[in-house]
Amino acid sequence: MTTVTPASGAPVQQRLIRDGAVVADDWLPPAEQTPGEGERRILTLAQWQAAGSPAGAAVQLETDDDPAALLDALPGLALVAVHFEAFTDGRGFSLARRLREAGFTGELRARGSLLPDQAHYLRRCGFNALEFSDPDRLAQARERLAVFSTDYQGAADQPLPLFRRRA
Amino acid sequence: MYRYDDYDQRLVDERVDQFRDQTERYLRGDLDEAEFLPLRLQNGLYVQRLAPMLRIAVPYGLLDARQVRKLAHITRHYDKGYAHISTRQNVQINWPRIEDVPDILAELASVQMHAIQTSGNCIRNTTTDPLAGVAADELEDPRPWCEIIRQWSTLHPEFAFLPRKFKIAVCGSREDRAAIHSHDIGLEIVPGPDGENGFRVLVGGGLGRTPVIGSEIRPFLERRHLLSYLEAILRVYNLHGRRDNKYKARIKILVKAMGVEAFTAAVEKEWEQLRDGPTTLPDAEIGRIAAFFSAPPYASVDTAAEAAVLEAHCASEPIFANWVRRNSHAHQAPGYRAVTVSLKATGNPPGDISAAQLDRLADLCEAYSFGQLRTTHQQNVVLADVRESDLLPLWRGLQAVGLACPNAGYLTDMICCPGGDFCSLANAKSIPVAEAIQARFEDLDYLYDLGPLELNISGCMNACGHHHIGHIGILGVDKKGEEFFQVSLGGNQGKDASLGAILGPSFRREDMPDVIETLLRVYLDHRLEEETFLQTLRRIGMQPFKERVYDNGNAR
Repeated sequence: MTTVTPASGAPVQQRLIRDGAVVADDWLPPAEQTPGEGERRILTLAQWQAAGSPAGAAVQLETDDDPAALLDALPGLALVAVHFEAFTDGRGFSLARRLREAGFTGELRARGSLLPDQAHYLRRCGFNALEFSDPDRLAQARERLAVFSTDYQGAADQPLPLFRRRA
Repeated sequence: MYRYDDYDQRLVDERVDQFRDQTERYLRGDLDEAEFLPLRLQNGLYVQRLAPMLRIAVPYGLLDARQVRKLAHITRHYDKGYAHISTRQNVQINWPRIEDVPDILAELASVQMHAIQTSGNCIRNTTTDPLAGVAADELEDPRPWCEIIRQWSTLHPEFAFLPRKFKIAVCGSREDRAAIHSHDIGLEIVPGPDGENGFRVLVGGGLGRTPVIGSEIRPFLERRHLLSYLEAILRVYNLHGRRDNKYKARIKILVKAMGVEAFTAAVEKEWEQLRDGPTTLPDAEIGRIAAFFSAPPYASVDTAAEAAVLEAHCASEPIFANWVRRNSHAHQAPGYRAVTVSLKATGNPPGDISAAQLDRLADLCEAYSFGQLRTTHQQNVVLADVRESDLLPLWRGLQAVGLACPNAGYLTDMICCPGGDFCSLANAKSIPVAEAIQARFEDLDYLYDLGPLELNISGCMNACGHHHIGHIGILGVDKKGEEFFQVSLGGNQGKDASLGAILGPSFRREDMPDVIETLLRVYLDHRLEEETFLQTLRRIGMQPFKERVYDNGNAR
């Protein structure tokens, strides 16, 4: 994995769980200014569209964005982030499932206001990357990625409901 | 009755561990109030006016004797020795300590019970007909479908943070005893074109501030598609329901805003992506769940002899005879009756039941009803499978603990929320109003003469007491810090469901028994032979009631 050091040269904070492991983030969060040449920065949906919807980009959806805007470009995107303004805003869970059902296989990241206690549900809905700025909460979330050893419903992680798996 | 296997047990056990961890982190300050709030609500824990309240799930109202004894034990050891049956067929205890709740949940898990999703903005307990499986007018037992929905909705990863709470009810009989028209989703089991039953799907019914009768979005859904279709409805709601105003966040508001046609189209479009996927129900799974609800081993009785015994019992005990007439119901199995145990005796807050009464009910259901009982959304208990010749000993057993009140379906069998005595949302105290009305109408002959009558009381417009669908509805309102009560007439929860209309200006609490009495006198003066209160009201309209009540100077 490539680790990118931001322009400031400051060490990258460990604030990301990716595929179950705590890793250094190799993407910069969205910012108001257009990213510089070669800068690996997550774009807002508007920025990405203004840039001509480039492939290989990382795009962030707000929970009230329509994911239809991304569907055609999904196979070429490096990363889709869903930004939770409030942890009680459950739209992000449905957005994630829609993106996975549309066949997106790249990194799907949840960021913003999240509780460690949501890690299990977020993972089930298709997020394979979770961002937490607080290191304690990051650790707590990692421990809670699978608080239940089985689940009744099919979802992005396990498409078969329990009734198709019961021994 | 559904029995947990290792998977089900593991899930409730892991849920207890999860909540223990969350409670500990909250008590040590790792989780703040706002963060702990949805987590505790999804485990049924409210913080109320006087103490926390824990709402325990009773899936579609079904309990066995062991579970009833466990509830009695919990009320004794962690609470004040009584429990309350809610209008979602759940059980509430009003005085637990927050730090004890994980232990209470562990006790529940030991008898295959939990408090999962009994509150919060998620899919709540699915409710149904308390006479499911035994009612004479039943097309199909709805309980297997409730269990299938329970499993699907339990810890659903996508729908734990909905805009608002979400309630589903299923009805499988000709008469609707599950109030499916006033649920977020109402499912009616209906015969299909090829002889296999399916579902008529209603969406967007509800009570609360904006009462709405549900709209049909699909006249027939094949049964194997039930879960994928529910998933499509929930996803449309989750993505598009309003989140800016909690009073406009229920699905009924979304359905109104989009229009039924556009909403239906959105659901059908979402469903196209989901239908025929892995969530499609195989016949084997439907059969596996249905087998848990097969009929108990009824004795093959000589119906004539059984009836003769019952008749002799009735002749010897006129009070018993009256109770049989009022509180027992026709049954599918010859020689059997279903029995309503009324929790509405005068002086008893509607729906409250003591630990001693719970223990007695556990014994009685073991002796006379195959070891099971049901809670009802009318806040009573039903023993569903009682042999006619056993009714007398059952009645004696009930009478000994004050549970033989013969008022099922009559005026004093009212629905009433816990109100301002307990609930921090309430505008007014509902229990004292219920008690004053019970005391006024204690005369049984008068009650029976009034015929079937549903009186429902809510302490605020959240409508937990279902006042909109009572023939007579009473709503507590706050006027500059003072409690008043608004009366509505003409609500009904059956298949011809209707919402009550407000009579006029509200009344003081102490005037309520007089107001009710005046309304009833208007009915008695106008009724034609055999006409019920509702029928008379529908024939003569509100005006005569209005005139008499307000002429009497009852209004404020």
